[in-house]
Amino acid sequence: MKNSREFQNFYFENDVVRQVVIALPRHKVAHFTLNVYDNMAEGEEPMVVDGGNGDRSDWQGQWDHVKKFLERAGPFTHPDFEPSTESLQFLMDTCKILVIGAGGLGCELLKDLALSGFRHIHVVDMDTIDISNLNRQFLFRPKDVGRPKAEVAADFVNDRVLGCNVVPHFKKIQDLDESFYRQFHIVVCGLDSVVARRWMNGMLLSLLIYEDGVLDPSSIIPLIDGGTEGFKGNARVILPGMTACIDCTLELYPPQINFPMCTIASMPRLPEHCVEYVRILLWPKEKPFGDGEALDGDDPKHIQWVYQKSLDRAAEFSITGVTYRLTQGVVKRIIPAVASTNAVIAAACATEVFKIATSAYVPLNNYMVFNDVDGLYTYTFEAERKENCSACSQVPQDLQFLPSAKLQEVLDYLTENASLQMKSPAITTTLDGKNKTLYLQTVASIEERTRPNLSKTLKELGLVDGQELAVADVTTPQTVLFKLNFIS
Amino acid sequence: KTMTDHKTSKEQKYDRQLRLWGDHGQEALENAHVCLINATATGTEILKNLVLPGIGSFTIVDGHKVSGEDVGNNFFLTSSSIGKNRAQAATELLQELNGDVSGNFVEESPDKLLDNSPEFFHRFSLVIGVQLPESTYLRLGSVLWEAGAPFLICRTYGLIGYMRLIVKEHTVVESHPDNALEDLRLDQPFTELKNHVESCDLDNMEKKDHSHTPWIIVVAKYLEKWYSEHNSQLPKNYKEKEAFRQLIRAGILTNENGTPEDEENFEEAIKNVNTALNPTKVPSGTEGIFNAEQCENITSQSPSFWVIAHGVRDFVRNEGNGNLPVRGTIPDMIADSDKFIKLQNVYRDKAMKDAAVVSKHVEALLQSVGKPPESTSEQEIKLFCKNAAFLRVVRCRSLFSICDSEMVLYLMLRSIDRFYQQHSRYPGVYNYQVEEDINKLKLCVNSLLQEYSLNVNVKDDYIHEFCRYGAAEPHTVAAFLGGSAAQEAIKIITHQFVPFNNTFLYNAMSQTSATFQL
Repeated sequence: MKNSREFQNFYFENDVVRQVVIALPRHKVAHFTLNVYDNMAEGEEPMVVDGGNGDRSDWQGQWDHVKKFLERAGPFTHPDFEPSTESLQFLMDTCKILVIGAGGLGCELLKDLALSGFRHIHVVDMDTIDISNLNRQFLFRPKDVGRPKAEVAADFVNDRVLGCNVVPHFKKIQDLDESFYRQFHIVVCGLDSVVARRWMNGMLLSLLIYEDGVLDPSSIIPLIDGGTEGFKGNARVILPGMTACIDCTLELYPPQINFPMCTIASMPRLPEHCVEYVRILLWPKEKPFGDGEALDGDDPKHIQWVYQKSLDRAAEFSITGVTYRLTQGVVKRIIPAVASTNAVIAAACATEVFKIATSAYVPLNNYMVFNDVDGLYTYTFEAERKENCSACSQVPQDLQFLPSAKLQEVLDYLTENASLQMKSPAITTTLDGKNKTLYLQTVASIEERTRPNLSKTLKELGLVDGQELAVADVTTPQTVLFKLNFIS
Repeated sequence: KTMTDHKTSKEQKYDRQLRLWGDHGQEALENAHVCLINATATGTEILKNLVLPGIGSFTIVDGHKVSGEDVGNNFFLTSSSIGKNRAQAATELLQELNGDVSGNFVEESPDKLLDNSPEFFHRFSLVIGVQLPESTYLRLGSVLWEAGAPFLICRTYGLIGYMRLIVKEHTVVESHPDNALEDLRLDQPFTELKNHVESCDLDNMEKKDHSHTPWIIVVAKYLEKWYSEHNSQLPKNYKEKEAFRQLIRAGILTNENGTPEDEENFEEAIKNVNTALNPTKVPSGTEGIFNAEQCENITSQSPSFWVIAHGVRDFVRNEGNGNLPVRGTIPDMIADSDKFIKLQNVYRDKAMKDAAVVSKHVEALLQSVGKPPESTSEQEIKLFCKNAAFLRVVRCRSLFSICDSEMVLYLMLRSIDRFYQQHSRYPGVYNYQVEEDINKLKLCVNSLLQEYSLNVNVKDDYIHEFCRYGAAEPHTVAAFLGGSAAQEAIKIITHQFVPFNNTFLYNAMSQTSATFQL
């Protein structure tokens, strides 16, 4: 006797959730048949994968803990759930999970997924192992310092959990394309960068298929996103195209505050100001390690130099408190981290992956916040979709400017607006039937050529009311469309 | 000034956490010896999160042999250990995580140890008991309570995580509060602050100096003006504070055309009026600590927390004129370096002076109970004074108190314990048991409710769900608890940040949690 409705009602009062929960037929199909998926490329064979380096000779009882949730009926299960012995087979043989990041969260996620029955896991991470990772990224050892995180993590898990096949990708997420991402049932992120999150969010949104304006649910790849900072963390479930996406709630990630230049240049008061002075002003001037040598926060010689100079600067102004640790923290913008917070958030994310992959329970709807500075505190709420979200609303974004406004103002708006927070937007448009780049920063020669446009007015540039501007940026894999509205 | 340019590899390894609890917190961790009872997934996940940050040593007590099921949800057991003792197998793979930590194991059930040598448990900084039947954790709780040792009970049961903390008294000097109010004393400026403010001739400053005078001084100056017109009374309500803000705004310099100049420091002053004029007083938490019996009656056995608390209390009642020692920090603000540093030093010097007076009181106190003055260090006293407004004491009841709340999940866990007591097994472990155990479990629930005279209705759905769980310990729930419990353990060991008091429940179905004080 299922009472999942009541449970649902108890926790979720929202109609959208009910729709969402019922509208995932692909997962239901996946759950009960081991067949083809709609989102596979033409002519591909169904994914019948053999267990990688593990054959099916698991020992007795290996999956007893998991089976109870797949083979037994229960009062709080998802309305689509039906107990079956095939569910475990699906998890193990067919379900493909992508883990983004093999760091603090990534290591935990790989372990959690492996011990929950998932066998086909890919992990992407562009970093190599640093000694400061070892206090929490437990798949790495001192001897692994310098090696790619994804590869070492995959090796460790495959070795420790028999039958698990983690495939590493020592790459940036931007180096992989649509055809790569499309193969996964669920993507779970353990990233430390908002830009990367937004990109991943944009990628999954770009995979959505709309027929006559109606979203095809089988093109949805759920995104579980986790983040931590010191003793705080959050876990969220995103169903691209249906629930709030990363950009819908961009205000939850306020832009980083930098110290004002005048403070750094002439009125330091804190030890941090002294370090920033050395980093921003002194280093480019003195080039202590050669022309063109950029400050590398991971190079102890560089940090040592910055530290000494910061001490000198501080002494000039009678400021105390400059230490090596503080210096490195400022230069690298270090965020403190411990094992426990990562363990908690990754666990919550992995629980959601399990729920969605198996329909065992209704997934989190849709955002949980955690903080254990004072006791343990969690808060769970439903983040709302933004009607005009620049990433997922499919509505061209409104830009309102005077025709006499300069292009620079538009550029500033794109970078400073809290809902957009672009990093280095490239603006193009169609003029006289031809594609024209108005401004692009990331290629030096084009930047030089288009720089004069910044001081021209929109009218001078030939733009008209209603003009469509296409903006590309590192925060999204797709261009964002803007509509220019002239105000008077 | 010391130029420590070379970081040890330990400092590098622990860098990210040292920024949270400091070198002294790390030292406390490295001097700790934690006992884990039962190396189930929950247990090893907790220990993992203690070994990684460098706990001094751990001992696993576990009489069980590794089963196939154990290996399935536990990252620190492999199939090659099936049939071997679980304590030993887990110790090996946990030890391997961090060479700085020393791991030990005892192949014995806790009940046997309690029978033969309960004092075995006295040596630990903290005992963590995982997946224990009620009878065991009641016995253990009693032994540890008598020994004054902290006890953390954890359990993963299906999709439910549970923690219970039992410690008689846990003091916290460094609670690290978020968003603490500043200690500026603008309502009761100490002499040195008054003199410093007086020495600033704000009204006759050149623009450059005028615009770069710290807002604290601006507020102090305008407060004097206000006092002269308001009978030396602070602005009290919204209306008066607004008038005060206008007074400050009127002091912004204007140019030749009469338009106000851009004086960010004045804007800061205006913005901070709301909080800057809050009356200085001893917060209720600290007041409570001063009034505690342990603070009043200092003996040679008193922990230094209470000795220093008594010393601070003496200060408050004498030299402090009803106020705590000055904290000594000010927030950053628009100002030129010289003015800011000078002002900062006024507060810092006063804080040092106050701490020195507190030291004298503490010394006298120690002498009066026959203890050497070195029993508490200057460092300790300074840290205490700096955190005087944020002190916390956590006292958790022993297990032998009556449950008086209504959380269904907690009741279900207690009912499960009862079931185990009666049937020597947990409900629904095997498929064929699920249906028939529902009624048996229901009887346990009802008897529990009756015993505690609880007029609660526990829906059948929960009874069904808990039978369904069949005492499963899914890894992701164990991992969540592993992170939660480990951080609570670190709080207990380092006396930094505030532990929960005293019952925590996590529901992985809804991703919600609650803390109750039972």
